[in-house]
This record gives sequence, C-alpha cells and structure tokens, in this order.
Amino acid sequence: MSRVRVLVGTRKGAFILTADGKRDKWEVSGPHFAGWELYHLKGSSVDPNRIYASQSSGWFGQIIQRSDDGGKTWFQPGTPPGESTTGPGGMPKGESNKFVYDTSAQTGKPLTTHQWYDGTQHPWEFKRVWHLEPSLDNPDTVYAGVEDAALFRSTDGGKSWHELPGLRGHGTGPKWQPGAGGMCLHTIVLDAKNPGRIYTAISAAGAFRSDDAGATWRPINKGLYSQYIPNPTAEVGHCVHHVAAHPSRPGLLFMQKHWDVMRSENGGDSWTEVSGNLPTDFGFVIDVHAHEPETVYVVPIKSDGEHFPLDGKLRVYRSRSGGNEWQELSKGLPERNCYVNVLRDAMCVDTLDSCGIYFGTTGGQVYVSPDGGDHWSAIVHDLPAVLSVEVQTLQ
Amino acid sequence: MMVRVLLPPHLRALAHVNGELQLQMDAQPTLRSVLDGLEAAYPMLCGTVRDHVTQERRPFLRFFACGEDLSHDSPDAPLPEAVASGSEPLLIVGAIAGG
Repeated sequence: MSRVRVLVGTRKGAFILTADGKRDKWEVSGPHFAGWELYHLKGSSVDPNRIYASQSSGWFGQIIQRSDDGGKTWFQPGTPPGESTTGPGGMPKGESNKFVYDTSAQTGKPLTTHQWYDGTQHPWEFKRVWHLEPSLDNPDTVYAGVEDAALFRSTDGGKSWHELPGLRGHGTGPKWQPGAGGMCLHTIVLDAKNPGRIYTAISAAGAFRSDDAGATWRPINKGLYSQYIPNPTAEVGHCVHHVAAHPSRPGLLFMQKHWDVMRSENGGDSWTEVSGNLPTDFGFVIDVHAHEPETVYVVPIKSDGEHFPLDGKLRVYRSRSGGNEWQELSKGLPERNCYVNVLRDAMCVDTLDSCGIYFGTTGGQVYVSPDGGDHWSAIVHDLPAVLSVEVQTLQ
Repeated sequence: MMVRVLLPPHLRALAHVNGELQLQMDAQPTLRSVLDGLEAAYPMLCGTVRDHVTQERRPFLRFFACGEDLSHDSPDAPLPEAVASGSEPLLIVGAIAGG
C-alpha cells in the first residue's frame, strides 16, 4: 500500500511524519538535529531513501546532512561517522558545508556586491542554505539555493558544492537587494520535461530562468508590478515569495509575489495577475495539485505588515481554473484567534490518487487534507515554528 | 603533548563525542594549531568554529582558558602553559542567547 513521508523543517529541529495512504494515523519521529534551524529537507525522486537537509545555526553556521535510509540515520556527506577522517584520493572531507562564491574569471565579471537595504553596494556574504532541490535523474546531484542569493550544485551527493556563477554574473546582480528575511534564493524549480531548464526565485530580485542547465540566466519578471520599488515594472527588484509548476506542464508557472498571485503560460516570459477574488493577495506559499495542472493553492496572509490570516481565521484558497476564481477552504482549520504565518517552503502536495495537500505554520501545526483541500486536520499541533514542509509518496 | 578541548554541546553532537576531547600536538600549541588539529581529527567541524575561507572565529563563539578570554589574541600566540600541559582545557564557548 502507498505511504507518505512528510519532512518538516522547524526553528528547532526536523520532524518526519509518516502515514499510510489514508493519511489519518500518523507516526512522528524527531526532533532530528534538535536545537538547530532546519530551513529545508527534501528527498530525491529517483531514490526516495536519499534525503538532503539544510541544518544551520547562528553560532555554528551551515551544515548539510544526508540520509540514505529514508531519514532513520543521518550523516554529513564526506564525513560519515566511523569512517577514516583522512582523505585518500582527495575525497572532500569536511567540505559538505563549504559554500564559497565563485570569483573565477569564468564569468568574466566581478561578483562582488549587491544592493544593501540603504541602496549602497554590499559584498556577497554566505549565510545559509534556504532550499535543497535534488535532481530529477540522479540522486547524487542536488541544487542549493543560498543566502546571500546564489545557486550552488553538488554532483557528489552533497560532499562538495560549486556555484553556478552565471546567475549572479548575468548582469543584474548589483541591483538585487535583501528582503526582510535576507537576500535569499529560496525557490528552485527543475523542468521535468526539459533537463536544461531551471527556474529560480530570489527575494528581492525576482524570478530567473536558465535554458542551459544553469550556465546562463536571464530575469523573467515581465508583467510583475511592485508598487514598493522605485520602478514598479523594473527588470529586477521584485520580492517573489514562491513559484510552483506542474510536472506535466512545466511552462505553466504560478507565483506568489509579495503582493499578487501571478501566472505565466510561457515559462516566465510574461506574467499576468490572477489574484481575482482572493480576500488579500499577500502570502508566501503557492502550490499546484498533483493531477490537475490548473488547480492551485495559496494561503492568503493579511498584509506585509501583519503576517497572519485575515480575521484570525486560517484559510486555504483553491482555484480550479488556474487563478482568478478562488474558493475558500476552511473545514477543519482554525475559525478564530489564529495568528500564525505560513512560510514560503511550507506547502506541498503528494501524488496519491486523492491528492494530499500539506502545510505548516509558524505556530507549529502541520495540516493535511487528504482530499485535495476539502477537509483538513492537524497532524501535529505543537512543533517549533515550521519553516518547510515536503512530502514523499512511497510505494 | 595532549591538549584538552571542550566543545559546546551542539558541536559535540556533530563530532559524535561526549565530554572533552583530546588532541595530540607536536609543538607548542596555539589557537591556530589546535583548531587545525581539531578540524583534521573531526572534519565535520570544519566551518563551524571558524569560517571556511577567512579562518576567522565565528562571531558568536569565544575561546577561554585558565579563566582568560583568548578570543581576541593572535591565533599564533602560544596557549597558556596549563593548556599545553593538559592540566587545563581550552574552552570553545557559544554566546548565550534566548530563542
């Protein structure tokens, strides 16, 4: 029978929630890496037992963890416990957390500064990994979106990391600036039908696309309108919160921007607003139903100054028409006095026949709807603030 | 000579050690040589005490020994004799913070 495994990153550790296909009885394991911030965990679609995790702390910096047994045991790639700590053959040891920006002549441009909050230029400084995206065809290849914004790739199972410098080096980098959460590359979407195409999104720079496996990049922000920046239709500078695509129609993209829910039918070449009847179009998460490419989910948040649901009532909104017409989904969700947030990587969908939708809150709840959003229940109530939620559908 | 090092709890967990650890040093130990030895013996700690590239102490960590704050000493200054002889440990301490 099919099972699901939900990977939850929180402010104080990681938790793994498992259930059978009914998704009504759950086992909880954790905290893994107790006391550390787990910005993101994600499993490989090629080898579901392979899971990567981003573990970080203000004291000790960035750690990359890997599991090869579905989350039962973990190790830092290149330094498995019990193995020799010397490195025969030059195998990287202790470098799985080494993210060094590329300054080679390869890019032909100095990769030195971006815009700071006050408009002055500021050097790029690595802080943490926000998002890990395993390759769709090789479990040893994984991408990392980092703060300050850049894209890194590992091809050795996370033992060593190398920047794809064409993103920072394509020319607009000096105009990127940090959002309130830092200047982070938080979204990586790999095109399921075109291995060379990668989408990324950065706060506050915008969305970007590569059509050559990450070698060269261009901004894809035409149609975005951000009234909070000097030029509302600028090529870059938009605070994109998240981008989602459906594997069967990867040119069809949905975006939750700072304000506005957007849609593109041409791989980001242009965007149109589809906020429609949403009660507020501010928010962080957005995702697409596993079997219906035009069914989209968002969690409206009151405003950029008040990061909680409208009227203290937690609601998911679903559009079955690719946007514009949205339906409130609230059965099983808090009806009052709810003032949590749902962060950008904290929503996901499983691929069971009856598509399951999941999201986590800064109040420590993880909710599931096993019927595409019609009914919700809390899997857990009292975790630390949830930073990310990913689900694996297992046979 | 054997130098004793006490790590903060989170780093002990990463390094899979309990309590103090000991490092064999061939010469008069300094902060740099002890940290080099620490990272060689426990490569999972690379980047967690000092920056991978700059080798600077991470901002929320400090070094103490014999009741003295060594955080701002030259990394090449000899450590106190009591540390070199193993009678006192080198303490790597994380800043106290809530949350």
